[in-house]
Amino acid sequence: MSENHEFGAFGGRHVPEPMQEPLAQLADAFETVAKTDEFREEFRSILSTYAGRPTPIYHAENLSERYGAEIYLKREDLLHGGAHKINNAVGQALMAEKAGKSRIIAETGAGQHGTATAMVGALFDLDTEIYMGAKDVERQRMNVFRMRLMGAEVNEVTRGGAGLADAVDAALEDFVENVDDTHYLVGSVVGPDPFPRMVREFQSVIGREAREQFLERTGELPDAAVACVGGGSNAIGLFHAFRDDDVAFYGGEGGGEGSDSDRHAAPLDDGHEDVIHGMKTRVIDDDTEVHSVSAGLDYPGVGPEHAMFREMGRAEYRAITDDEALAAFRALSEDEGIIPALETAHGLAMAKRVAEETDHETILVNLSGRGDKDMETAAEQFDLS
Amino acid sequence: MGLERVFADGPAFVPYVAAGDPSYEESLEYVEALERGGADVIELGLPFSEPIAEGSTIQEAVVRSLEAGMTPDRYFEFVEDLDVDVPLVCMTYYNLVAQYTNDETGERGPRAFAERAAEVGIEGFVVVDLPAEEAGPLREACDEFGLDLVFIIAPTTKGDRLEQMREHVSGYVYVQARLGVTGAREDVSDQTEESLARVADWDVPKAVGFGIKTGEHAERIVAAGADGIIVGSALVDIIAAGADGEYPFTETAQRLESKARELKEGALAGAEKRAATEQSD
Ligand SMILES: Cc1ncc(COP(=O)(O)O)c(C=O)c1O
Repeated sequence: MSENHEFGAFGGRHVPEPMQEPLAQLADAFETVAKTDEFREEFRSILSTYAGRPTPIYHAENLSERYGAEIYLKREDLLHGGAHKINNAVGQALMAEKAGKSRIIAETGAGQHGTATAMVGALFDLDTEIYMGAKDVERQRMNVFRMRLMGAEVNEVTRGGAGLADAVDAALEDFVENVDDTHYLVGSVVGPDPFPRMVREFQSVIGREAREQFLERTGELPDAAVACVGGGSNAIGLFHAFRDDDVAFYGGEGGGEGSDSDRHAAPLDDGHEDVIHGMKTRVIDDDTEVHSVSAGLDYPGVGPEHAMFREMGRAEYRAITDDEALAAFRALSEDEGIIPALETAHGLAMAKRVAEETDHETILVNLSGRGDKDMETAAEQFDLS
Repeated sequence: MGLERVFADGPAFVPYVAAGDPSYEESLEYVEALERGGADVIELGLPFSEPIAEGSTIQEAVVRSLEAGMTPDRYFEFVEDLDVDVPLVCMTYYNLVAQYTNDETGERGPRAFAERAAEVGIEGFVVVDLPAEEAGPLREACDEFGLDLVFIIAPTTKGDRLEQMREHVSGYVYVQARLGVTGAREDVSDQTEESLARVADWDVPKAVGFGIKTGEHAERIVAAGADGIIVGSALVDIIAAGADGEYPFTETAQRLESKARELKEGALAGAEKRAATEQSD
């Protein structure tokens, strides 16, 4: 019998020996400490007084008209830091503190998770080191400045494709070397067990709130729940509370130049089963170059639970192209006066497809983050200067 | 008698290189050079695209080998083509074992992998990311085909996991001298004795690896009680420099051979030192 919590054939703890024991300890701590009422109360309290929970749901009527279905937005963009990432960062920082760790490290793509980690590093007074691909440092500079201002050290990773996957490699190496005093604050539902289930636990507050709010507001559940999928944490966070409901799940992956091209980041739409970063999951094919206009989705793998959902048919995933995402980015800005993150724009574009291609009438979209960090890309794309 | 035999008369020198680095033909020569230099067992890496336990030296070796077309099937051909007498251990990652398919029978997984490995003359496995609690199927396959299964114990390994490894291990145990990824170091760890103490009563030979770079390191580690030394990055560094064009291919082979000799002699010197201190006790 395997002690590793797996998601069907996916997940597991595929890591070298030095990491096995620390991960086993983390899994134990997660089962014992993180599930106590005391921990939950502390977590809830920080999320409410520091991070700004609960976030509202908003009926986006103008966008609904454009897309032809009733679109509701779960406003995670209103959280402190500007994205859902803070939910997970607070949860894991609490775990690190309880385990007596003095240092946290993290990978980041868009810089949103790095920013959230820098925030909790300051809050809990932990040494904080962030690994970020050089390509992403370039396109998400504002977040680099934010992290440094809050006292985190930002390491530019230049190996490989200098992107998110390479930042994860660098962070894993640091972790292997420094497991004694360091907690690796993984930013999504990826990596070896227990990270996927731990990050899910901390992000599932999104769906719990949204489910209640939606019921209260409309008297029923939405027909569909939609989110963008990088590693998949905002999507799992939204889906989890609805898993036993008659609510369809849709995920929009970073489709780059399209899943039939050789430049995308959509392993669920077009990939194969493989092991990456300590987990068994789906990964893009070897002849595909990982690419998305959105740094936070520019990752060759995906959380193992999504690979399982895909195989079970519980959720559908599509590659959303850069162009579709940019169009949705612009549409929400113009119609509602809300600038979404480029990652989030993939979820919105997915909602547009769901509105057009299915008969779902009410669609709940996770507005996972705000787009301030993407203004330089937007200025280039839309000729704003 | 399995791999234990090579540790029977004196300390064993166990080099690691990635098969096919930087090319199939060159790599054959390099492995043979290691044997000439005094290798007692050779850990021959079967490259996997996600080598998360490795530092940059071995990662780059893996990339060179994969780019030159290495695959599991090619690897088994490589072993057949090798002209060496010392035992070979296949060092790899579990994904390649689990996904391996025998093209003729269609069988997939550890048994198919072990069967093919035994057929080409491999004598054992080190599977870097095989959790002890999931080792059952591979252990069974090893028993069926007469192969050894080596485990790595890290400074963090303890409790149940240590016991499970003890139960499944055969051939030798790979004692990782310190935390971190692979890579040659200027100093060697003083955790060696502590690590050895944890497996002192295991009935398999203890080979220590991670960071060993010079004959002097080898000497110290064997003097501290190791039955063998495992050296990877310091050898791969020589191959890397050769691949970069720093010296011609024949010189790379010569350098590997003399590095191997230095390490083997260091190990022998360590054994003499240990014998001397044991006598004076
Ligand atoms: C706003 C936002 N949404 C989504 C993501 C993608 O991550 P995940 O799929 O884990 O939610 C990111 C990652 O950086 C992000 O910043």
